[in-house]
Amino acid sequence: MKLTVWTYEGPPHVGAMRVATGMSGLHLVLHAPQGDTYADLLFTMIERRNHRPPVSYTTFQARDLGADTASLFRTSARDAYDRFQPQALLVAASCTAELIQDDPGGLAETMGLPVPVVALDLPSYQRKENFGCDEAFLQLARALAKPVERTARVSCNILGPTALGFRHRDDVAEITALLEEMGIDVNVTAPMGSTPADLARLGAAHFNVLLYPETAESAARWLEREFRQPWTKTIPIGARATRAFIDEVRTLSGSRAPVDDSRLRQPWWAASVDSTYLTGKRVFVFGDGTHAMAAAKVARDEMGFEVCGLGCYNREMARPLRALAREFGLEALITDDYLEVESAIAALQPELILGTQMERHIGKRLGIPCAVISAPVHVQDFPARHSPQMGFEGANVLFDTWVHPLVMGLEEHLLTMFRDDFEFHDAAGPSHHGGHAPKPIAPATAPLSPAASFLPEVAPTTVAQGTAPAQAAEAAVAPPALSPDSILWHPDAERELKKIPFFVRGKARRNTEKFAAERGLTAIALETLYDAKAHYAR
Amino acid sequence: MTATTCRDAPVLKERGQREVFCGLTGIIWLHRKIQDAFFLVVGSRTCAHLLQSAAGVMIFAEPRFATAILEEKDLAGMADAHAELDREVARLLARRPDIRMLFLVGSCPSEVIKLDLHRAAERLSGVHGPNVRVLNYSGSGIETTFTQGEDACLAAMVPVLPRTEAAQFLLVGALPDVVEDQALDLLAQIGVGPVRVLPARRGADLPAVGPGTKFALAQPFLGDTHAALVGRGAEPIAAPFPFGAEGTTLWLKAVAAAFGIGADVVDRVTAAPRARAEAAIARVSETLRGKSVFFLPDSQLELPLARFLTRECGMQAVEIGTPHLHAQIMGPELDLIAAGPTISEGQDVDKQLDRVRAARPDLTVCGLGLANPLEAEGLTTKWAIELVFTPVHFYEQASDLAGLFARPLRRQALLAPHRRAAE
Repeated sequence: MKLTVWTYEGPPHVGAMRVATGMSGLHLVLHAPQGDTYADLLFTMIERRNHRPPVSYTTFQARDLGADTASLFRTSARDAYDRFQPQALLVAASCTAELIQDDPGGLAETMGLPVPVVALDLPSYQRKENFGCDEAFLQLARALAKPVERTARVSCNILGPTALGFRHRDDVAEITALLEEMGIDVNVTAPMGSTPADLARLGAAHFNVLLYPETAESAARWLEREFRQPWTKTIPIGARATRAFIDEVRTLSGSRAPVDDSRLRQPWWAASVDSTYLTGKRVFVFGDGTHAMAAAKVARDEMGFEVCGLGCYNREMARPLRALAREFGLEALITDDYLEVESAIAALQPELILGTQMERHIGKRLGIPCAVISAPVHVQDFPARHSPQMGFEGANVLFDTWVHPLVMGLEEHLLTMFRDDFEFHDAAGPSHHGGHAPKPIAPATAPLSPAASFLPEVAPTTVAQGTAPAQAAEAAVAPPALSPDSILWHPDAERELKKIPFFVRGKARRNTEKFAAERGLTAIALETLYDAKAHYAR
Repeated sequence: MTATTCRDAPVLKERGQREVFCGLTGIIWLHRKIQDAFFLVVGSRTCAHLLQSAAGVMIFAEPRFATAILEEKDLAGMADAHAELDREVARLLARRPDIRMLFLVGSCPSEVIKLDLHRAAERLSGVHGPNVRVLNYSGSGIETTFTQGEDACLAAMVPVLPRTEAAQFLLVGALPDVVEDQALDLLAQIGVGPVRVLPARRGADLPAVGPGTKFALAQPFLGDTHAALVGRGAEPIAAPFPFGAEGTTLWLKAVAAAFGIGADVVDRVTAAPRARAEAAIARVSETLRGKSVFFLPDSQLELPLARFLTRECGMQAVEIGTPHLHAQIMGPELDLIAAGPTISEGQDVDKQLDRVRAARPDLTVCGLGLANPLEAEGLTTKWAIELVFTPVHFYEQASDLAGLFARPLRRQALLAPHRRAAE
């Protein structure tokens, strides 16, 4: 058993639903109890889809268990076929149905339905949502793709987009336009946007563009074996990666068509002097492996940030992510326990988090700005406007969305110079973000207290008695120890620390305590603070 | 009278695909209501994913619930599930010394593998009591639908309530604190007392129950709790539910009568809030009057709400679907609803949606999975879950309740002309 509050990934059958919901002409019959229908709202509410997911749930109840859940499955499959007339039927079991072992695949096979039936084996107690996507798409491709002639003109398939994917809609539009500019036809985009009939002609493409390894790498590998279609290894997130992707596509396709990059503004935006203040900002990166690795490279090479932490929640990507982390001089954080991620962030005190909606919550708790780079995401991460992560426009979007949560350069200086202005002080938050009324400046604290106890705005999770009882009572588990309890702050050092703006205060506190601990000091005086500042100056 | 109401109307019973939450969903409000309780679901990743998805947005603060996710080794018998559970509970309680009541909540997988959580709760009560009381109930989707989770939770508390012979009134059902305070104030003014509440805001502060206890449900979905309280000797008070001015007045009068207090006292005490509620409902109802409404089954609030909308807001009910129809508890409601609408119990969602499309009601009350698809078909909808998450009981909330139904219609009227122009 594993204790969990929030999860990064849903169960594998939700992955199968993402594949089915992205497609048309396909119907999924899921052997599942009534409660599993909650998953429909992920698509209709979070992604605002205007159709129900093409999923029938068998809705077995406790009283059916001793009797005949198998015939319930057969009835559901028959009704689903009669009502929806799909080109192909996908059948699977959710976690509970897996336990009753009805074998939906075997049952459906004997029904003599006049369309292909694709059975999925989804081990709910071992694997998760991304596996469900990858496996569902692989099995569909295996069952449906037929040997066909290559297209006369050079063409490719775009593999990986699914329903509920982070910016998949916009990435596909961006990359499709880029390929078109290079004179390459898109044969099939799948799973999202395809039908079972489209999957039958996957083999007509000359090569595959794999946008999301999490959801389609197994299919790409199978297509390579079956139809000798090579596939792109570069994920075009960021200006550099987009150029590398173009080079890779040229190699695979022989295309020599020039690509107009005049709409790529991100490199100039990063180079302009207004962005100087971004230099060396410490960034913590966490997400699915693909997006986390891409974001880390963009953060370092295109934004001039310092990546101080890097990790992913999907163990399938552990190996390449660990290798990249080593290259960055970091130890990778591979975990799906968001409390571990929170501990790592609290200990590192980055100035910016690039993460998922979980890290957005963590950032809110810890008072650290956060931009979202990866699933899982929420309704606000499905914008009405075109907002890709990939291609040239994607690079522009990354610049804007990563810089937006930060306090801007000149404002940073002004906050440092005039920190006690009653209207213009750091607790009011960045001035370009609405909705913050200036909060009163925190009252002075008791002398010689543990450091963690007087910075509730930076460390709201502290367990120190009497400091933030509401938040402490909310914590399901003890928050990470933010500082060694043995180190005490003298009142003058504590006052000085408070003069440091909130967006660097956590880092200053962490550095000072580390500096003190390394020297065996048990108390931090004003001098210690400035010694540490000088020590860490860069 | 029965000929003109729904009391003896035939019920369309359906069996097929349902589009409803399971009982685990009740944890979303119960863990805020009972402030020293923790809800530990013993289930799968699906259960954890449901809880974070059903909440709409993840609650920012650490919630007082979690899921102990069963893993392969728990199922294969490689690990003793009870030993694993004991370990996780010990860790949890060590981190949360403020917890006084722990609910082990069964799920579909834990029920199917027959993990005996009752035995586990008794064992863990022995280990962690008397400081922490450990109870269990099932919120599984193979046994409970949505609000039945609260019923199962409250019913699990009834056997451990202390016994009392004393005369008292017990208000049953989790209400938002502001609503509960209003109810207690009204009851005090009427002269009903002493009054206790189940669930209490602190789990450690359990009400007593016994033969001198009379109780009324504030929520219509508490059938098992009702039966359990009767089993403890308490006497139920039958009444319509306190939705709308009429429902609130009838509920208060039934409670008052059970305590020998005349209707005239209730009329005097409630005159001002009743008049205020009626005036406010009349204003909001301008949008609702003459419009048709179709309820898909969701929370078991459907019948009382349909009664309120038809009798106080001038709407016409086409079909009133409920996941489960408890004839005894719903009797007073059925007596008030004029004959006409189809009353349906259970669900076969595709067939029911065919009926929705045929009827083209002005407003369809449905779950989150169906709302946007129906809107895209040009049908105006009201998400049912908001009816459970919003203060809607008693006089002061009556017009807010009407407003929840009026808002989608007002919005549709505001946007529809422009949408047509834009498309």
